[in-house]
Amino acid sequence: MLSYRIFKVWRRDMIVWQKYLAASLVTHFGEPLIYLVAMGFGLGRYIEGMGEISYVAFIAPAIVITSMMNGSSFEATFSSYTRLETQKTFHGIAMTPVSMEEVVGVEILWATTKSLITSCVIFIVLAFFGLLNSWTILLMPILMTVTGLLFSSIGMLMTSFARNYDFFSYYFTLFISPMFVFSGTFFPLDKLPTWAKYLAQVLPLTHAVRVARNLFAGQLLWQDLLATLLMLMTAIVISLIAIKRIVRRILV
Amino acid sequence: MIKTMNNNIEHNNKILIKAAQLSKKFDHFTAVDSIDFEIFSGECFGFLGPNGAGKSSTMRMIYCFSDPSSGSLHVLKGETQKYPREIKAELGVVPQEDNLDPDLSVKQNLLLYATYFDIEKKTAKKKTEELLEFFELQEKQNAKIQTLSGGMRRRLLIARALINQPKVLILDEPTTGLDPQARHNIWHRLRQLISQGVTMVLTTHYMEEAELLCDRLIIMDHGKVLARGKPKDLILEHVGHEVLEMRGTAQLLEDYKTKFNKLQKKYSKNGSEIEIEIIGDTLFAKLKGNKINLLQEHPEIQQNSFQLRPAGLEDVFLHLTGRDLRD
Ligand SMILES: Nc1ncnc2c1ncn2[C@@H]1O[C@H](COP(=O)(O)OP(=O)(O)OP(=O)(O)O)[C@@H](O)[C@H]1O
Ligand SMILES: [Mg+2]
Repeated sequence: MLSYRIFKVWRRDMIVWQKYLAASLVTHFGEPLIYLVAMGFGLGRYIEGMGEISYVAFIAPAIVITSMMNGSSFEATFSSYTRLETQKTFHGIAMTPVSMEEVVGVEILWATTKSLITSCVIFIVLAFFGLLNSWTILLMPILMTVTGLLFSSIGMLMTSFARNYDFFSYYFTLFISPMFVFSGTFFPLDKLPTWAKYLAQVLPLTHAVRVARNLFAGQLLWQDLLATLLMLMTAIVISLIAIKRIVRRILV
Repeated sequence: MIKTMNNNIEHNNKILIKAAQLSKKFDHFTAVDSIDFEIFSGECFGFLGPNGAGKSSTMRMIYCFSDPSSGSLHVLKGETQKYPREIKAELGVVPQEDNLDPDLSVKQNLLLYATYFDIEKKTAKKKTEELLEFFELQEKQNAKIQTLSGGMRRRLLIARALINQPKVLILDEPTTGLDPQARHNIWHRLRQLISQGVTMVLTTHYMEEAELLCDRLIIMDHGKVLARGKPKDLILEHVGHEVLEMRGTAQLLEDYKTKFNKLQKKYSKNGSEIEIEIIGDTLFAKLKGNKINLLQEHPEIQQNSFQLRPAGLEDVFLHLTGRDLRD
């Protein structure tokens, strides 16, 4: 079903993005920097009891992971929907030997690629503040890719249901934003009421953030590997469903 | 010369597209209702029909965007459901709805489209230059798609469809919405392509376009084929060679109808026929069979501001599909 042709379409996305690359990287520099300074150093001064690490070191891995979530979610919803419905780019490309499955599949890969590149910029900021202290951080791109694939595929699934842009604001307000706060990103989950703790376990971001935090702390745990594989599998299954739904929507 | 060459198409050339009892249903609505057609190599084959007749649905099935609900559709290499990749590799498609890539420049639209066909870089560059020149788009090659006029967009859309040197070019309403200059320009280019031997499948609402370009065509409505053949044959068969047209009050038209009916008896002896039709405020007298010089032989008719004109495809179209509005 999928062939080498996906790279031709991926290349198209890369060429289009090149024009905006500089602007894009600068914006992605800004956002995590604001979080880091405002929350890490500002708010962080008043926060104690994080154990042996500072508050800014606590949130650093979460900032990288949430940046992946936001980037890939945005690209696979608003941007993909534009190419699907407004610009009909999907239709144009699928009139060639490239199949519609491939066109939609590339959207998921592309959303992941783009947010991976922009999120890696954050490491420069983190290095500047001396927050990169163990070699296991080198494994972060793998975790980030899996996180990207997961949220791109969920975003694509949302796109398959969307009939207008408003639909996505519900998705972001009801799903992405709460997850941004309640996944152990800005405060540890252990102080939460029991039901909230369980709820957090269902949220995919919780696991990604936990694994990232362990990697930042220099810990390689087999259950983290398992969690990552589970996320990857979920991403693949959701991708297949999303691809199927969108192909059926266009090729009627 | 082209026309005489194409007259023998059925006998000399092979079938590239063949549909048998082809149908397309959307839920319970039948958009294409058991149609048959064969398209030969080297010809320009037209699909005419009012809005909603099922033309685009048929085109979409041909370029593998839509599976037939029943019947069979064979395009180039085989059944569309089985070989979409192979078929699409040899088709050029100009869809009804423009889907140029607005994130790319004019030239990039062609160059990147070539990569989807696995065309090697050097060949793609050469072909792109050629097409930009053929469609007079060189000056705009670095322009954004959004800055192009309607005519340029359409030319680029056709150019893009030719990037892979397709065996068959599918054009779904290639000139709809364009001004007369742009339309004539596109006709000129399409005629050049026809003379180069490109096989074309064309849908259109413009009868002039169909008469000008199509070797054979079918007229369809409500998903069914109403008539098929060469434009000239269809005109002679369904309308005749000339049409007299007159506008006036209902009473005046009725009077003339009686007059013509009397004349009809006289002319039928030498194999001519006058068919009268009154639609709204207009009377149409269709002159069929052997030619008659009605106006010269009956000067009394001429006085009443009749208009005599050659019969056209539009007469056939309206005769077959009626004059009711479709939306
Ligand atoms: N995806 C769809 N779902 C339901 N009905 C559809 C769908 N696509 C087309 N139709 C219906 O099928 C009929 C034929 O549509 P089609 O687009 O083939 O007509 P057409 O001959 O191309 O018309 P036009 O000249 O307006 O382009 C129309 O009534 C249309 O509403
Ligand atoms: Mg149509």
